[in-house]
Amino acid sequence: MADGPLTWKNFIGGFVVDKPGNAAEYQTGGWRSQKPVWDNTKCIKCGVCYIYCPEPCVRQTAEGYFESDLFYCKGCGICARECWTGAIKMVQEEEV
Amino acid sequence: MSHRTGLEVSHAAAEAVKLAHVEVVAAYPITPNTHVPERIAEMVANGELDAEFIPVESEHSAMSACVGSSATGARTFTATSGQGLELMHEVMTVASSMRLPIVLSLANRALSSPLSVWGDHSDVMAIRDCGWIQVFAENGQQTFDLLLWAFRVGEDPRVSFPVIVNFDGFHVTHVIEPVFIADQEEVDRYLPPFKPNAVLDPRRPVTMGAYGPPFIYSETKKAQDFALHKSKEVMLQGFAEFEKIFGRKYNFVETYKAEGAKTLLLVIGSFAETAMDLVDKLREKGEAVGLVRLRLWRPFPEEELRQAVRGAETLIVLDRAMSFGTLAPVVSEVRAALYPEEKRPQIVSFVGGLGGRDIRLEEFEYMVKRGSELTQKGGQKELYETIGIR
Repeated sequence: MADGPLTWKNFIGGFVVDKPGNAAEYQTGGWRSQKPVWDNTKCIKCGVCYIYCPEPCVRQTAEGYFESDLFYCKGCGICARECWTGAIKMVQEEEV
Repeated sequence: MSHRTGLEVSHAAAEAVKLAHVEVVAAYPITPNTHVPERIAEMVANGELDAEFIPVESEHSAMSACVGSSATGARTFTATSGQGLELMHEVMTVASSMRLPIVLSLANRALSSPLSVWGDHSDVMAIRDCGWIQVFAENGQQTFDLLLWAFRVGEDPRVSFPVIVNFDGFHVTHVIEPVFIADQEEVDRYLPPFKPNAVLDPRRPVTMGAYGPPFIYSETKKAQDFALHKSKEVMLQGFAEFEKIFGRKYNFVETYKAEGAKTLLLVIGSFAETAMDLVDKLREKGEAVGLVRLRLWRPFPEEELRQAVRGAETLIVLDRAMSFGTLAPVVSEVRAALYPEEKRPQIVSFVGGLGGRDIRLEEFEYMVKRGSELTQKGGQKELYETIGIR
């Protein structure tokens, strides 16, 4: 893709993407209606949420707990479903 | 210098592919195109052509293999007919939208059902919106010539679109004709090596055929359509250079004895040759009848068509396909192209030559007579008339 504003006039023919890794710029977090919230008093730092996240956008903090990168998190709820201790709750976006 | 030789037209097509130094051919046999890939496979097996021949299990796989091959920067060819093209359909839009200049020789065949292996234009008309450049050859020489042109124009970095060269099943494919076969040196002068705009190369990764969410899809389609229209400039250069090297002249819309004609026939494909015989006959009798042959079908040559028919009273359009539920494809686009004209001819539509049926001189003569008659009566009332129907 050419530099500058992305209009129909500045594509490489065939919509070729010539810079690898730019899928990272795509904000999939916009699809979300619910977001995961961790209760760290229940968290045992097992990392099951980190392993199961299909995006994968769950990351570990310096203290060893987990959080979601909301730029990418689609709010699918798999982490909450898989969490052994029930530490993750899916919360409506507007309630927060 | 070129040499003239008698060849089955399918084999002449294979000669053009060989002279173009094609690198990958992925094709599946289907009547009446079979002799093209069969002859190419033979050339590869004999060592006459240094190319990969991929004997795929279906036409869907053939076009898929062509997409992959062209994306790596290899000069790529395939051939098919009728149902084979329909099976390729899903991948046809992928090839054009990814701007991969594959060349496809299409031996035009009717579509099932009832099962027919014989010729008409139902196959290409069903994929006319798939984004490929589409041209029609009328005989063996034109098939040979337009295949060379197709590689040159399609692969030009300003174009970068796939090209279909149509030639009528059996009426052209299986006929032995005298054909000027160009010399390798001439073809090499005409056809530079393929230098694509982007290639699949692990040393410099790119993404082709990326995901296009709603915020970008419309822009990709606008860019694609604009590029297809704009490719006409390069097509004309391709014709001009062809004439310089090989001495044969082509254009988007070609006319035959059309000067001062009151009645014009418009024919696409090989039946134009019969129509030319009729024009000769009627001109001898002093009748002002001429012929328009549509060479380029996509992008549609609107302005060139308007110029070609200007001044005529009656324009008789022959379609070798139906568009079920509405006007036949060629006449429908001809009518649309002429609508903005202040003074336009009466357009009379005939459908015929379906599933391999001939249209003879007498039937062309009937069309001309009937066309003038309908013009006198103020125009055709029904959508179309079917030629030679029982």
